[in-house]
Amino acid sequence: MPVMLAVDQLLPAREQMAFTLGFHIILVPFGVAFTFLMMVLNYRGVRRGDADALLLAKRWSKVAAVLFAVGAVSGTVLSFEMGLLWPRLMGRFGAAYGIPFAVEGVFFFLEAIFIAVYIYGWDRMRPWPHFWTGLPVTLAGIGGTCSVVAANGWMNRPAGITLRDGVVVEVRPLQVFFNPAFWYEALHMLLAAYIVAGFLTAGVYAAGLLKGRRDHYHRLGFVIPFTVAAALMLPQILVGDIVAREVFHHEQAKFAAIEALPTTATHVPETIGGVLVDGKVRYGIRIPSGASLLAGFTPGTRIAGLDAIPPAVRPNDRLVSTVHLAFDVMVGTSFLLLGLSAWFGWAWWRRRDLPASRWFLRGAAASGVVSVVTLESGWVVSEVGRQPWTVHGLLLTRDAVTTSGNVWLFFAATLVIFAGVGTATIVVLRSMQRRWQAGEEDTDVPYGPRSPRVGAGR
Amino acid sequence: MSAATAAILFAGVILYATFGGADFGAGFWDLTAGGPERGRRPRELVDHAIGPVWEANHVWLIFCLVVLWTGFPPAFAAIMTTLYIPLGLAALGIVLRGSGFAFRKVVARLSEKRASGVVFASSSVITPFFFGAVAGGIASGRVPDNGGGDALASWLNPTSMLGGILAVVACAYLAAVFLTAEARTRGEPDLERWFRRRAVGAAAVAGGLAAGGVFVLHADSRHLFDELIDPARGLPLLVISGGAGLSTLVLLGRADPRVLRVLAAGAVASVVAGWGVAQYPYLLGTHLRIAEAAAPEATLWSLVLVLAGGALFLAPSFILLYMLQQRGRLENLG
Repeated sequence: MPVMLAVDQLLPAREQMAFTLGFHIILVPFGVAFTFLMMVLNYRGVRRGDADALLLAKRWSKVAAVLFAVGAVSGTVLSFEMGLLWPRLMGRFGAAYGIPFAVEGVFFFLEAIFIAVYIYGWDRMRPWPHFWTGLPVTLAGIGGTCSVVAANGWMNRPAGITLRDGVVVEVRPLQVFFNPAFWYEALHMLLAAYIVAGFLTAGVYAAGLLKGRRDHYHRLGFVIPFTVAAALMLPQILVGDIVAREVFHHEQAKFAAIEALPTTATHVPETIGGVLVDGKVRYGIRIPSGASLLAGFTPGTRIAGLDAIPPAVRPNDRLVSTVHLAFDVMVGTSFLLLGLSAWFGWAWWRRRDLPASRWFLRGAAASGVVSVVTLESGWVVSEVGRQPWTVHGLLLTRDAVTTSGNVWLFFAATLVIFAGVGTATIVVLRSMQRRWQAGEEDTDVPYGPRSPRVGAGR
Repeated sequence: MSAATAAILFAGVILYATFGGADFGAGFWDLTAGGPERGRRPRELVDHAIGPVWEANHVWLIFCLVVLWTGFPPAFAAIMTTLYIPLGLAALGIVLRGSGFAFRKVVARLSEKRASGVVFASSSVITPFFFGAVAGGIASGRVPDNGGGDALASWLNPTSMLGGILAVVACAYLAAVFLTAEARTRGEPDLERWFRRRAVGAAAVAGGLAAGGVFVLHADSRHLFDELIDPARGLPLLVISGGAGLSTLVLLGRADPRVLRVLAAGAVASVVAGWGVAQYPYLLGTHLRIAEAAAPEATLWSLVLVLAGGALFLAPSFILLYMLQQRGRLENLG
């Protein structure tokens, strides 16, 4: 088998990693935050004796189980890809980079166990003890997210290691985990997970409300997740602002790409839209001194441009444009969602009811998909914005990629299989929905007990 | 510390081989159970037995990967850059298996159920085969220190083939015994007979393979062979394995299901442990020592502490789940 050059492998390896992570990240909000929404409804159901709330919580726990199983599968593939695609990242930095994953493994295991306990516990445990078995699911989700983000933060701002001749000779595990980027990245991602889960869930019931199913059940299924997501939109934008300023101070290359700024300057305008062509920004709208004001609160704030990056590791125009546009999409869609949230908040404050307009419900039905776009573009900013580095300043992506095999084949197989898994997930969720609408309750799910209907082969 | 971490890693391998192995084997019987009508009841038993613990068992694999890449990064990179073909295929098999399992319980139509069932069952056979082949490649020293070894010969070789086939058969054996026990617990004598016949068959094949395997190892991996038959190292474990395997067969019709499960798991676990003992103190073949591949001490300590701390939480949680499951099972029976 001919040995391929690393450069040939770089494109498919990056595409494959982007694809699987992009797939997996959609499932994350369900494991992390959707289970919290389920707990809110469970609490309300038990506390107020609200049968609809309990029914929603029970159905959501089954959706959570299906999506958790799919997420476990794509997560397993990701752990293989760490080695199959990026062996030189793991080989050189596994001693540090691997630690957060060990922590994550524990949380993941805990979450898997308690999802099963929670689903088994319906009708088998008394209501309050059963409610409390759901709490570890939510907490483990938060812990797991923090661990994975710790690993990602470490790639952006590596800490806690001593290198000798390029080899890790000493590791300070706490500094690795709680690296400088950890706090703001973790908070940003957690809020994102809750927002996406909230809008996606609410979107399903908004569609039901639009179809005229305006009963207590559908209103409840809409209002609670939408309220959670809407309430977190403003905090998320504020946290995002802090994150951007951290990036400005500590990840200058990424910031230059976000702003699509060719040369270091003061009074840097905020460019909305536009692409970098031959080192110059084309198209796009400029707000005078906007970027400088946002970054340092004065128009005189100096921002390092792409020219400040050594030419050997300077991202090309296409990369810069991708990061810049992804950032614009993230911020733009965030403000759309904030507007929708404000509309809802206003109506609720005035009349204790949803906005009457059908346009609100249409917007809410779309909000889930929009929030996924926001999530994905934020992730593009973080990951593509770090290129050409895998571990900032320490390991170039082209030095991390595997030199063996043909990644294109692996990528093609992954694409086919994930397309199948993705389609099947949707088909399965739709069929669960249809049966629930038909009043069938005893759907079997992974982790769940078998319903008596098919139990024991009788 | 590196030896302790290696022991933990290998404990993960053994746990995956036994618990995960039983699940893979259940997929094997699912695959070979015949048409939808004839195979319906065995399949239902498989479904029932595999149910909620599937994911928990699967976690052992992730555990092994994480301990390997954190505790022994160079070895991880070497294995991944050499054995990427069987590992990639095993990974794809896991995706298919996992999603087939996840969806089969939810989809309603028979044709859909059958499609996801076939996916689940066939990937249950493919995956252990490739893992066994990987083990063979590592054990026979075909993974160089710096990785990038021969992409084909590293797993298309006699030891790997033996490892792969033995893995499939061991999984099938384990599952057949577990399912016999399960059928007994549930008081279904015809299913019990069905799986008992298959347990005996699988054990006979495993025994034959083991006997033939001696010659394969003698010719292909002399060092492994020598260590395995060394009375101070591998031999006692092989004897335990054979003894446990035989006594499972003798007791299959009589003993308490719990005893059967322990004996069968013991038979498989001690063979895997034999491999570990035979390979010590090397991580790869006979060229990369455990200590040479180990991460700095602080990493190993934090790894052990995290896992020990995790076990403190996980063990009681797992017991709670198990108790609930038993209660649910009783309700379904009653």
